[in-house]
Amino acid sequence: MQPLTLGKVAVRCGILAAILFVVVVIALKFGAVPVSLYGLAKDLIGVLIGRSSEISSEYGMIIREIRLPRIALGIFVGASLSVAGTSFQALLRNPLADPYVLGVSYGAAVGAILAIIVEPHLALRPEIAVVFTPLGGFIGATLTIAGVYLLGRQRGEIDSKTLLLSGVIAGSFFGAIILLLITMLPSSSTRGIAYWLMGDLSTPMAPILGWVLRTGFFAGFALIYLTASDLNLLLAGEKEAMHLGVDVRKVQFVVYLAASVLTGLAVSVSGSIGYVGLIVPHVMRMIFGSDYRMLLPAAAFGGAIAVVIADTIARTIAAPSELGVGAVTAIVGAPLFIYLLRRRLA
Amino acid sequence: MSSGKNSVMERTAQDASRMNADVRLSVEQVSYAYSPNPSQAPIFTLEATSFQVKPGEIVAILGPNASGKSTVLKLVAGALQPLSGRILLNGFETHSMDPRTRAQRIAMVQQESQLLFPARVWEFVLQGRHPHGKSLRFETENDVQIAKNALGQVGAHHLMDRWMDQISGGEKQRVILARALAQQPVLLLLDEPTLHLDIGAQVDFLHTLRKLTATNKYAVVIVTHELNLAGEYADQVALMQKGKCLRVGTPASVYQRDLLEQVFQTQLTVESRVNGRPRVNVLERNEEPK
Repeated sequence: MQPLTLGKVAVRCGILAAILFVVVVIALKFGAVPVSLYGLAKDLIGVLIGRSSEISSEYGMIIREIRLPRIALGIFVGASLSVAGTSFQALLRNPLADPYVLGVSYGAAVGAILAIIVEPHLALRPEIAVVFTPLGGFIGATLTIAGVYLLGRQRGEIDSKTLLLSGVIAGSFFGAIILLLITMLPSSSTRGIAYWLMGDLSTPMAPILGWVLRTGFFAGFALIYLTASDLNLLLAGEKEAMHLGVDVRKVQFVVYLAASVLTGLAVSVSGSIGYVGLIVPHVMRMIFGSDYRMLLPAAAFGGAIAVVIADTIARTIAAPSELGVGAVTAIVGAPLFIYLLRRRLA
Repeated sequence: MSSGKNSVMERTAQDASRMNADVRLSVEQVSYAYSPNPSQAPIFTLEATSFQVKPGEIVAILGPNASGKSTVLKLVAGALQPLSGRILLNGFETHSMDPRTRAQRIAMVQQESQLLFPARVWEFVLQGRHPHGKSLRFETENDVQIAKNALGQVGAHHLMDRWMDQISGGEKQRVILARALAQQPVLLLLDEPTLHLDIGAQVDFLHTLRKLTATNKYAVVIVTHELNLAGEYADQVALMQKGKCLRVGTPASVYQRDLLEQVFQTQLTVESRVNGRPRVNVLERNEEPK
């Protein structure tokens, strides 16, 4: 009998953080301008431990202004999606649950596209205009999750199968709306929309959005992590959890809300990056087991690592042109998912 | 109900339980009605039901399917709110306790749900420490000791490192009981604990339960439709039919042939065994009673 301890969680998170660091350094190296891997690692450590505030000037601008912000965005988007997926899997007692299966990406895309359509007609002040499309995406995502939640409830209780089915239906409904909207738009704006549907981390983001994303991630993660031990019991069933002292309704509400916000934030700045919330928790479970006190932080690191790698592939594989990062996660994720599913059934 | 009135009621309830320290669980004139939606007439009603359980005592709630025995158990567990009447555990209403406090005092053994991800036996038993933990509930050395102890008490110490889905039905039921013991409850509730066990495992399980109840002074309520097992192991039985509690008393006093025949809709005979406990034999449709 070796129960999980805080120390064990900390050590494993340390290892994952080190892997993330290595991945970030390698990702920083790739790109049109060559930089030295060793110099990069040294500079980055220097910045992280506060020894210096400067990255070597020869490539500093490219790293600071272009590659690093994009990687940072990938880290938070990946971690948010993965943690949200891990949470939905416990809430719905379904290992196949994931923010995208719940129809959220399409809902977010509808919101964002509507924002793109109406924006020119509103005389918005510039500081509002830069956040207008992501805001539309966020509202679309959260409304979809709320709607799917209401449809999936029966007599005040979440019915996992109804909820998943509602998500799939909502997804295909919004998919049709998107096609309709695209035919109504001038062709100049459809390129932006295509990126939304394929996932995109390359568009420079307003600093305020970066701040909202980071704060939202840490707040959402903290809320979910505090219920980690309740989620362990919810996996065994609502009745069991109740008899073991879990305030089931409260935990479900808090976690659903926090996971929705995480999803909404991620989707609103990156478009649709599928399979991260599905595959990463699965792999982490195979490595670390299904105790949520370990699984949640592992999923956060794993999601960050996965998206940073996927985005590096997306921007280098067909250079100088770029692939949508969502296309990479889907191309890798879908077959992997089928494999895991078959293995599970066997 | 105003809070003032409520607190007066609680005080009198505590006084009452202090006056009669013998009684741990007191079910007083409890009724319940279930309707699928509020505007419809209820499709199931439980009429006023009363019984009491002392520490170290096993009470079996007995009856055919749909007689309301599981409803009574859910009411006692505090999962449902009574329409009228009240259920007091050491003087406190079970329904108004917060979930954590309730789980520190009441443990439920029910048919386990399918596990979504594999778990070891020791992990499963440690779940019983959840209501006693703080915030993230990383288990302490003390929790581990209590869990080991609980496994030992049900004679399942050797199963500790096995996977939950690789042990037999009888072993699983013991492990679920061990998790309930790890909660260190004062009231132990069991919902058809012997349902899927073969007869040997049934007797084993109830024998263990009987012994633990006596040593740890649990108050035990067990729902079953096994007439003979209840007759053998329960100190009191409450006989239910169609939402009515017909009779409460010792097995010997409740097991009347006419009454049981009418409740279970089948011909049977009741004999008294040497240990004073009744034994029920179900007859063939056309068999004459001896």
